[in-house]
Amino acid sequence: MPTRVPRIAPSEITPPEVYFSRRTLLAGALAAGVSTLARGADEGAPAGTVPLHYTANPRYAVSEAPNKYAEIAGYNNFYEFGTDKDDPSRNARAFRTQPWSVRVDGEAEVRGTFTLEDILRGQSLEERIYRFRCVEAWSLVVPWVGFPLASLLARFKPTSRARYVEFTTLYDPSRMPGQRAAVLDWPYVEGLRMDEAMHPLTLMVVGLYGVVLPNQDGAPLRLIVPWKYGFKSIKSIVKIRFSETQPRTTWNLAAPNEYGFHANVNPAVDHPRWSQATERRIGAPFLAARRPTLPFNGYADQVASLYRGMDLRRDF
Amino acid sequence: MNVAQRYRYLYKPLVFVAGIAPLAWLVCGATGAPWASLGPDPVKTLEHECGKTALNFLLLTLAVTPVRALLGVPQLLRLRRMLGLFAFFYAVAHFTVYLVLDLELNWPMLGADIAKRPYITIGFTALLLLVPLAATSTNGMMRRLGRRWASLHRLVYVVAILGVWHFYWQVKRDVREPLVYAGILALLLLYRVVRARSAARAPRGAAAPELTS
Repeated sequence: MPTRVPRIAPSEITPPEVYFSRRTLLAGALAAGVSTLARGADEGAPAGTVPLHYTANPRYAVSEAPNKYAEIAGYNNFYEFGTDKDDPSRNARAFRTQPWSVRVDGEAEVRGTFTLEDILRGQSLEERIYRFRCVEAWSLVVPWVGFPLASLLARFKPTSRARYVEFTTLYDPSRMPGQRAAVLDWPYVEGLRMDEAMHPLTLMVVGLYGVVLPNQDGAPLRLIVPWKYGFKSIKSIVKIRFSETQPRTTWNLAAPNEYGFHANVNPAVDHPRWSQATERRIGAPFLAARRPTLPFNGYADQVASLYRGMDLRRDF
Repeated sequence: MNVAQRYRYLYKPLVFVAGIAPLAWLVCGATGAPWASLGPDPVKTLEHECGKTALNFLLLTLAVTPVRALLGVPQLLRLRRMLGLFAFFYAVAHFTVYLVLDLELNWPMLGADIAKRPYITIGFTALLLLVPLAATSTNGMMRRLGRRWASLHRLVYVVAILGVWHFYWQVKRDVREPLVYAGILALLLLYRVVRARSAARAPRGAAAPELTS
């Protein structure tokens, strides 16, 4: 089974309804093509993963080399599947993401329950290579596959009262064993201001390394907000709610002095228990992993203006 | 073999092998042995495993006294020094991994961590307090210090409390594992409190339990 992802003419693109079907896998396997990233055999997605049809977006690339698939899919904070970094990859193996639906609620003209196929319909998938910075001071570089969140939210026609958007992760302890312990106040909730949500960098993600997102990375639908700490990038989303007031988000409720609502990557504001000035890149060789953390995770030129006039030491 | 020989030639070597086994496994993992993989973040694995192994040996050291009394095997005392020295060894390894592999010898960051991060402050304090205990662990030092040796080595209670507290404080949210350590430590300390009280209440002339451990 080839691990490289073929490029296919637009006329041949499989309809989004079958993005996640086995047919796609077969079509991908039969088609010839080139990968968009130069990847060694041990770096890309392994056999058995389901290729997606996407185009690489060269506007969103970084100079650093992406992490290996095995690192991205083997080192996860996803407490719904356990609190150790290697728990999710073990405990999410049997997690089924079909069928999947997302409820849209709140200050929007278009509300209701939408299947994943509805959500994906008409979206063209693109690959973007983003830095990913965890609040725990480790980082990755990930080739995500997804589409701008703005193009999804616009379809729901948020009203003028919508100032925030709130996302909720699936709550189902029978399928997410980590939820059987009260480690966090389930279900996991995250949120963004509308201007953050509509920002072109904010990505709705369905894949990485050209294949369908592994369960432990938040399948089938997750958020990526690359200038914020990773806990903002909520996984396995089942609910989107537009609201006038700031959502009550999970980590912020758990420890308000440690995890702010904004949670912008900021090397100048330490976590109370560790420094945020530097980070360790997962997968880097011994003694060459620590590097300076960049303001807004290196995306300051694109997002700093969103926070003009705010005291980012207070509103961390 | 008599008891002394059995400890010298059998039990002590076995404890020694068990003591270096975690180190051997970590070294194999760090040098790339696939059967001992340390996962995508080997630095954290090394750091956490060394730290937890240090705590394990610390609790084992503190378990010697109650186990001797409760199971009636006073000879176990012969193993305690080795257990304590392994606790010190893994605490030093834990700190070395943190300084060299995690901080990559960033000395200003070490200073800031020790000064500003309470969980590192108490962890570092526990390590410093272990140094005099390890240094006075020889027979010669025991003789030279006489009765003061036992007083000095009561510092191990402080070290254990600081060590478990350090573990509890660095965990982000899921405190179940540090709480297990805290529970075991609480039992081990409670045993000593109860024993000291009953010894104080015991009538004069009755065989008082040994108090030097």
